[in-house]
Formats: sequence, C-alpha cells, structure tokens
Amino acid sequence: MSGAPVASHRGHASSAPASKNASSTAETIFEARGVNLRFGGVQALTDVSFGIRKGELFSIIGPNGAGKTSMVNCISGRYKPTDGKVYFKGRDVTGMTPNHRASLGIGRTFQNLALFGHMTVLDNIMVGRHHLLKNNFLTGSLYWLTGARKEELAHRREVEEIIDFLEIQHVRKATAGTLSYGLRKRVELARAIALKPDLILLDEPMAGMNLEEKEDMARYIVDLNEEFGMTVVMIEHDMGVVMDISHRVMVLEFGKKIAEGMPEEVLANPRVRRAYLGEDDEDEAAPATAVRKEVA
Amino acid sequence: MTLFFQLLVNGLIVGALYGVVAMSFVLIYKASRIVNFAQGEFLLIGAWTCWWLLTSWQLPFWLGFPITLVFMLIFGVVLQVVVLRPMIGEPIISVIMVTIGLSIVFQAAMKWMFGVFAKPFPPIFAHATMDVFGLQVQTVYVVSLGISILIMAGFGWFFKYSRLGLAMRATAFDQQVAQSLGISVRQMFAMSWAISAMVSAVAGVTVGVVNGVSSALSFFGIKVFPAVILGGLDSVIGAVVGGLIVGVLENVAHYLDSQWLNWGNMYEIAPFYVLIAILMVKPYGLFGTKDIERV
Repeated sequence: MSGAPVASHRGHASSAPASKNASSTAETIFEARGVNLRFGGVQALTDVSFGIRKGELFSIIGPNGAGKTSMVNCISGRYKPTDGKVYFKGRDVTGMTPNHRASLGIGRTFQNLALFGHMTVLDNIMVGRHHLLKNNFLTGSLYWLTGARKEELAHRREVEEIIDFLEIQHVRKATAGTLSYGLRKRVELARAIALKPDLILLDEPMAGMNLEEKEDMARYIVDLNEEFGMTVVMIEHDMGVVMDISHRVMVLEFGKKIAEGMPEEVLANPRVRRAYLGEDDEDEAAPATAVRKEVA
Repeated sequence: MTLFFQLLVNGLIVGALYGVVAMSFVLIYKASRIVNFAQGEFLLIGAWTCWWLLTSWQLPFWLGFPITLVFMLIFGVVLQVVVLRPMIGEPIISVIMVTIGLSIVFQAAMKWMFGVFAKPFPPIFAHATMDVFGLQVQTVYVVSLGISILIMAGFGWFFKYSRLGLAMRATAFDQQVAQSLGISVRQMFAMSWAISAMVSAVAGVTVGVVNGVSSALSFFGIKVFPAVILGGLDSVIGAVVGGLIVGVLENVAHYLDSQWLNWGNMYEIAPFYVLIAILMVKPYGLFGTKDIERV
C-alpha cells in the first residue's frame, strides 16, 4: 500500500536539522503495524504502518480529512484500531485506555483548545501531574503525615520550571479561559509537558497563530525535542514550519500512507505533490512539469 | 416571636443538612452528568445501617457510625461499578430512569428488611435538647450543624487544593482531556459516588436520630431538588446556599401558615413554589453555569 521511499537506508544523521539526540541509531519508541480504522462505512485509516524513533521530531501531514488526527488518536488511545496493532516502547498497547497510555508516557495536546477554562493556569498544569502523584484519596487526606505535602512541593518546583521554559510566568495565576489564543496554546503545551511524557503528540500546535506566535511555538517545540529529549509527533498544516523543524515526515491521503521520509525527500515525491495540488494527471512520469503547468 | 426565632434556627440547621445532601447530589452531577433520583435512598440506607448496628449489634455510636460510613463508601463504589458503569455512553434519559428504578428498589428493600414503621434510635446524647441563646434546640442538630460545616469546609478544601479534587474537576470539565492527562475517568466516577453516598449517610443518620428512621427519610432526597436547582445544578457553593434557603423557607412558611394563613402543609410545599418563581427569573439557578453558545 505504502510504496513510497523510506528514509531509513540513508540514516538520520546526514540530514541537517537532525540534532544530536536524533542521530543515535534508530531505537523505535512507537510503532504502528497495519492500522485500520473504520467508522461504520467510513474507512478513516487503511493499513498504515510506521515507526517513530526515540528522540525524533516526526510530523504527520496531509490534506484535510486525510486521517491525521485519527492516527494521532490511535496513538493516544482515544480510538482503538479496527485492525492492526500499536506498540509503545516495545509493548502492545492496542487495547489500553488513554489514561493508562498517558501514565506509560504518551502526552498530547488537542486540535481545538481543550483547557479547563475555569481553572487557573497553575491548576491546569497541575492536573497534568496527576498520574505522577503517589498519594491516593485515603493517604492524601492525611496530608501532613503521609508525605503528600512534600510530594506536592516537589511537583510545584518542576511545574515552575515548565512555566519558565514556556515563558508564561506572568499569567501563572490567571484563569485559563481569559487568556489570548496564543497563550492558551502555550498553557496547553505546558500541561502536556507536565505529564513528563516520553512521546508527545501535538495536534496542530500552530493553527490560527500569527507569524510571531508560530516562530515562538516552533522554537519551543525544537527545544522540547532537543533539550528535554522528548520524542515529538506533530500534525501541522504550515509546510514551512514542518519542513524546517521535522526530522522525518509522513504523508497521509484518504487514510493511506503515501510517503515517509526526510522533509526534502517527501517534498520531492510526486505523489505528495499530486495529493497537495489535487491535480489529476494521467502522466505519472512527469509530475514536475505538470505542476509547473498548473502554476503557470 | 420566640417561636419565629426557634423556627429560624431550626431552619438554618435543617438547611445545612439539605446543603450537605445537595452537595453530594451536585458532586455526582458534576462528575458524571447523572441526575441521581436515588439520593434520598442513600440517606435511608445510611440511617437504617447505623440503626441496625446500634440496636441489633449493640455497638456504641462512636463505633457504629464510622462503620456505617465505611459501608456506604463501599456501597457507593459497588453501585457505580455494577449498575451505572455499564450505562456510560447511554442516553441521559435512560440513566435517569435507572436511578429512579434504584430509588424504588431501595425503598422497597428497606421496607422489607426493617418494616414500615418509624423506629427510634437509641438515645445517643445525655441531653436530647440543649439551650442555645435561650432557644431549645435538639443536641443532635447542634452536633450535625458542626458536622455539616466540617463537611462543607472539607469539600471546599478537597476541590480547591487537593490533586484528586483537581482531577475530579478536570473530569467534570472534559473527560477526553482528563484521560489524555492520565486520569482514570472510571475511578473518578466511582469515587464521586462513594463520597456522595457517604456524605448523604451522615445526613441520614442525623435526621434519623431526631425523627426516627422510616421511609419518610427519602423524602429528603426530593427536598434536595429545589435546593440544588435553586443554587444551580453544577455549583457546590450554590448547593449549600440553596439548602440553607430551602431550610429557612419551609420553616418561615410554616410559621406564617400557623400564625395567619392556616392553609395547611406549607412546610412541605413552600420551597417548590419558590423554586418555580426562581426558575422563571433565573433558569440556570442562582450560581449555575449558563451554556453560552458562540456562533
């Protein structure tokens, strides 16, 4: 199904944006094998297989309705594939609930802002720490005796570090619902980071942002990947950013994988060009000229 | 005039109890969007359990009461897991029918097990009434007021400062997001039912000690509706305020009725008149969240 060239034979280190942590030889952190997803008569994903390497910044692109978010939901556990398996850190997680996967180390942000609007920024981020807290309902009620207090202080310190990293100190105590769009996106990212995930899924982190906000966000994502060492999976429509910061890119169209590889390879792929320009040319051999024709 | 103050104080104390039950009702609604028509039966079951421990097993109150609470905690979890968990994702009307069904089943079961007549608790306090600023008030009411305030403060602390409370608020707000943050929605649901059943039992035992235990206790569950809707279905503070208003209101109405109107039974009906009036002015209750739809 997926006949596109795969970059693996060329290795990673040769690509310019690939950083130190991505250069290590391909330890796969997440793998999808033959994932199919059907909603009644709608085939959202067809036989999608791919692997994400540890420390990689991996982007999923494709036209609208290509199944990008469905794929991310299969990773996070919100959807269970109709067929096929997904593996995280070598473990079969296909049947696992989203919250279980979150505690294994998969964090995510959502396409449409999903902050807890009535809570403060700090509380929003603290929710992300939930699964890291050892104290349960009963021991937590004996707050002073069971170390719940000490535990919380330690968490607060780490949360402050995340707040510093994303430069949202000034809105720490503000109610999340009152913030500007760009800031809310950042708080959502902070909340996902607070989980300390090994793999973080970003569903359109830059949608609806202006140029400046996009640049900031791109910087945070690169830092997240390089300094925090998190493996990042990103869905994004802004091709400029995707090609700039991704190590590898996978392209979906109508639920099928049509290409996977390094940004420049994917850009050069004729099928990808066709998918994006939507032109229907019978001459498969010379898509480049066709594109030129189209533009002219 | 003494009668008026007497009723006012009674109203506040009973109102605090309404507030506590209303809070546990709101807790379930907030976490899982389930309108629990069996809330009154939680009081009933709690009161009967405690009564049974105290009379059949001759346990002292200080031992029987905590055992009752532990039992209700387990009861709440089991109820949620066995009956309500399979209903997740079903239409809300089906879930409501289930809680109405539960209420009928529990009522019948309690009558079957303990009979239809009101049974008095063995005396718990040395003096049944005590003197508060020259007013005669049932000792158990004074104690229950203390407990109510404690529970309310506990709720406030729990939701505002504890991580589990935060997780519960997150679940109430958006289950998908909560899950993506590693919160088990099932656990949160089970917990909300457990706490709700336990807190309701406190109120059940209190009222049972004053009036004796009978199926009339579950009428409390119906009285809670005006309190909850008055305060706004999803507001914990609203539930407390609503409870106090209803408690005072029924006593004031009773006073007016007995002094001048002589219409009879205003005690039971007045809160519902006010409920209708308030809903006409503020359809979301005093503290409820309005659903704002942005186009």
